[in-house]
Amino acid sequence: MSGSYLEQVVQPDTRDTDIPPRLLGPQLERIWGTPRGLWGFLTTVDHKRIGQRYIVTAFIFLAMGGVLALLMRLQLSGPERRFIDPDRYNQIFTMHGTNMMFLFAVPVMEAVAVYIVPLMVGTRNIAFPRLNAFSYWMFLIGGLVLWVGFALDMGPDVGWFAYVPLSGPQYGAGKRSDIWAQMITFTEIAALAVAVELVVTILKQRAPGMTLDRIPLFVWAMLVTAFAVICAMPAIMIASTSLILDRLVGTHFFNPSEGGDVLLWQHLFWFFGHPEVYIIFLPAVGMISSIIPTFARRPIVGYLPLVLALIATGILAFGLWVHHMFVTGLPRLGESFFTASSMAIAVPNGIQIFCWLATLVLGRPVLKTPMLFILAFFFTFVIGGLSGVMVASVPFDTQVHDTYFVVAHFHYVLIGGAVFPLMGAVYYWFPKITGRMMSERIGRWVVGLVVVGFNLTFFPMHILGLQGMPRRIYTYQPELGWGPLNLFVSLSGCILAAGFVLFFFDVVRSMRSGAPASDNPWQAATLEWATSSPPPSYNFSRIPVVTSANPLWDATILPATRGLRVERRELLVTTVVDAEPQARESSPSDSIWPFWAAVTTSVLLVSSIFTPWAVVWGAIPVTFALIGWFWPKSTPEDLA
Amino acid sequence: MIRRFWRRMAWIVPLACSACGETFQSALQPAGPHAASLARLIWSFTAICGVIWLLVMLVLLFALWRRHRPAEARHERRATAIIGAAVAATVLIITGLTLMSYAATRGLSDDAPDPVVIRVRGYQWWWEVTYADRRPERTFVTANEIHIPLHRPVRLELTAADVIHSFWVPNLAGKQDLIPGRNNTLTIVADAPGTYRAQCAEFCGLQHAHMALPVIAEDAAAFDTWRQAQLAEAPAPVTAEQAAGRDFFTAGPCSACHTVRGTSAAGRLGPDLTHVASRQTIAAGQLPTTRGSLAAWIADPQTIKPGNNMPLVPMTPDQLQSVSAWLASLR
Ligand code: HEC
Ligand SMILES: [Cu+2]
Repeated sequence: MSGSYLEQVVQPDTRDTDIPPRLLGPQLERIWGTPRGLWGFLTTVDHKRIGQRYIVTAFIFLAMGGVLALLMRLQLSGPERRFIDPDRYNQIFTMHGTNMMFLFAVPVMEAVAVYIVPLMVGTRNIAFPRLNAFSYWMFLIGGLVLWVGFALDMGPDVGWFAYVPLSGPQYGAGKRSDIWAQMITFTEIAALAVAVELVVTILKQRAPGMTLDRIPLFVWAMLVTAFAVICAMPAIMIASTSLILDRLVGTHFFNPSEGGDVLLWQHLFWFFGHPEVYIIFLPAVGMISSIIPTFARRPIVGYLPLVLALIATGILAFGLWVHHMFVTGLPRLGESFFTASSMAIAVPNGIQIFCWLATLVLGRPVLKTPMLFILAFFFTFVIGGLSGVMVASVPFDTQVHDTYFVVAHFHYVLIGGAVFPLMGAVYYWFPKITGRMMSERIGRWVVGLVVVGFNLTFFPMHILGLQGMPRRIYTYQPELGWGPLNLFVSLSGCILAAGFVLFFFDVVRSMRSGAPASDNPWQAATLEWATSSPPPSYNFSRIPVVTSANPLWDATILPATRGLRVERRELLVTTVVDAEPQARESSPSDSIWPFWAAVTTSVLLVSSIFTPWAVVWGAIPVTFALIGWFWPKSTPEDLA
Repeated sequence: MIRRFWRRMAWIVPLACSACGETFQSALQPAGPHAASLARLIWSFTAICGVIWLLVMLVLLFALWRRHRPAEARHERRATAIIGAAVAATVLIITGLTLMSYAATRGLSDDAPDPVVIRVRGYQWWWEVTYADRRPERTFVTANEIHIPLHRPVRLELTAADVIHSFWVPNLAGKQDLIPGRNNTLTIVADAPGTYRAQCAEFCGLQHAHMALPVIAEDAAAFDTWRQAQLAEAPAPVTAEQAAGRDFFTAGPCSACHTVRGTSAAGRLGPDLTHVASRQTIAAGQLPTTRGSLAAWIADPQTIKPGNNMPLVPMTPDQLQSVSAWLASLR
């Protein structure tokens, strides 16, 4: 009814002020909405739909990686167990690490940002939305390639950092390492794309008035993360490409007998690999900084120090990589420098912890599930941070490097530091994304199970490492005395797994029958809570105007802009520093081409594992897809 | 249900601690000055970090405990000062830990006078060991076992033939990688006699889990006796069976991969077997050396250590008997 009326009313260059407020929503929905069905599914460029499927996919990879972890714990539960043969075991631990780092941790953080950041900065879609769609398809296909390889007994088996020469042409037989290296290419393309979109969204699409000092901390964290991605990825791209070239066309980048160097790989890999840890951790810092003020019922203490700490961490993260190489025999002086720099990163991390604690002390914390996850974070992450200070010391590290101590350390940092806040963030933003609340009662059980299960599983690993147990061994002899503790670890792993199962159960249950959520169920302060739950396809019927750092707490009625066109997808571009309105900008419509571009690129990348000529022939369909993608519109882009 | 589970778990804890008792591969039971200084460092870091963790938890508990009282402006001001102080304390502690770390590194100096020099070369999945001496005729090659004299620094020169490995004998020192195309060194000193287990600590492929090596620390006299014995060629066969074993070994494929000094076998793809029976273990720490285990290994190396680089060499039961009898006599 309103649809046909709108068709008559809405002429080119209709502004939101030209139609009755009652009809603004339906009209925007007509323009921004995604059609139902498969076609809509394949063509949508809505950041919320893409973000949602990104998140779901990443969590499915988490579950699959978790199953691998349980298989490893089964094999290690006693000395000389023979459940899994060494060949499979090596594939399993490589898959576990690769999957968790490249297919879960990094993508899931970016995915949450893809969903939340545009809402938090008050815009209608992410910048470069078609690139966003392309990114998701690349990520999905890359993940499938890896897992199909594993199912066909072609899973990589050289560890998630694939040290040469083991992964090189001489020792890494078959196509296993090629699959690993190409999977890297897939996920790097996906990650880089999202990073670029986030940078532009954050710098140019903030709601008017959202000056630099009013940007929500999660958005700051994602900005720093996105820059870190952009700076770190080239190193790994060079590394994995050189590896593929060594394997495929016989270059000798890493072959010492032909003038190559095996340590070069480690430098390149860790120049990326260490920032990678912060690419995972910084978004978590942002999530914590969003959850704490909401549940402490007060603005964050130390906004500026927190922002500076984020930036400092992002920069320092690039000066630490050598601490992964302390036992490769580098010069003393170099090692001392990297000890100092690795220790130094404890300072910005300390600042963050202190500011959060101060916020809690000065606020009146309400212990809802998201907040409980933050408490779990403190309990666990601080241990991981402190064991990080330990391994930063060269002499200390020579005893624990490549042992279960390090396994314990990085799980404390990654699970305690990133996954707990992430689970808190799921409980926190779930009502916004689905319009339904998750269960508080189940949530408490989930927190309890994962915290207890996690610590019982991973704390003893510190001891095992000091008792001499190296990582990545598929079995050990009974005389070594590691059996009982390993059994304990394996059994505790089941508690942890139960916690995750319950978590997934709660997600599925709440999605179907959770209590309906209001627009702002936690009484939070940031813009994503200003729109409905779930948000409409256009996010905000009018772009809000921000006058403080906590808009929903400080303004009873949020002022809004007017004058955007409603008969095409249009959003507001603002200045970088002051977020002053600068221009109206059209936002791309749905398109199937990002999907085809991803499919053709994937064909090229996968077949290049088998022959270098695939790069030549495969480029042809990619070209067609890109031509389709960038085909000039029949109507001129900008009328106004 | 959870409680019942816990009751059932309770028996595991004492068991776990029984394992902390006697071990021969542990960083926490140092048997030499380097490892001892590292263990001291580990314990001091642990103590300091433990205190910090407790403090953070106390502040957190405090925050939860006072959560129903509204904060006042003066609290806010005080909070800023406290954060500042905490950051300053962090900087101090970090500096202190860094200095402790440097001090510990200096204690592990590599240039000790008159060291025993041992070259260790990592192979997938065994160790070639060369005792170097200024006089070439006193240099010899062995495998998968190291003897060192007590109280004397031993300089290990580490390199690798194929992929990266890492030499780690936690009771004596921290680890150091063996990297193809590079030479690393590591100095170890033992103060207490005993057998300490070293294990490869860098993932090196299929049998990374089974790449160990006993390090035997003994007094100077015992060490010299051992060294003298190792210098000798393989003893001549005594029985007819042993002689048949030797002939089979030198004539067949075994000699293409293994060296036995004093015979024509001079292969370099597998461990030197000149005194294989004098070593505590075979297959890089996997089986104790006995005639039986030698026979089992030769009969089917791929079941004992799947994927290792020694193929199954077909032979008759008699040949197996004789070759293992001969190898068991190579003391
Ligand atoms: C293709 C080369 C090759 C051939 C042929 C070969 N071996 Fe081996 N052998 C090896 C390798 C490599 C190892 C080390 C395996 C490991 O521990 O990973 C080894 C280990 C051994 C060991 C254990 C040594 C130790 O100190 O751990 C014995 C004993 C042995 N071989 C005996 C034999 C006999 C007897 C034959 C002939 C029937 C033979 N080998 C044939 C390569 C070979
Ligand atoms: Cu090794």
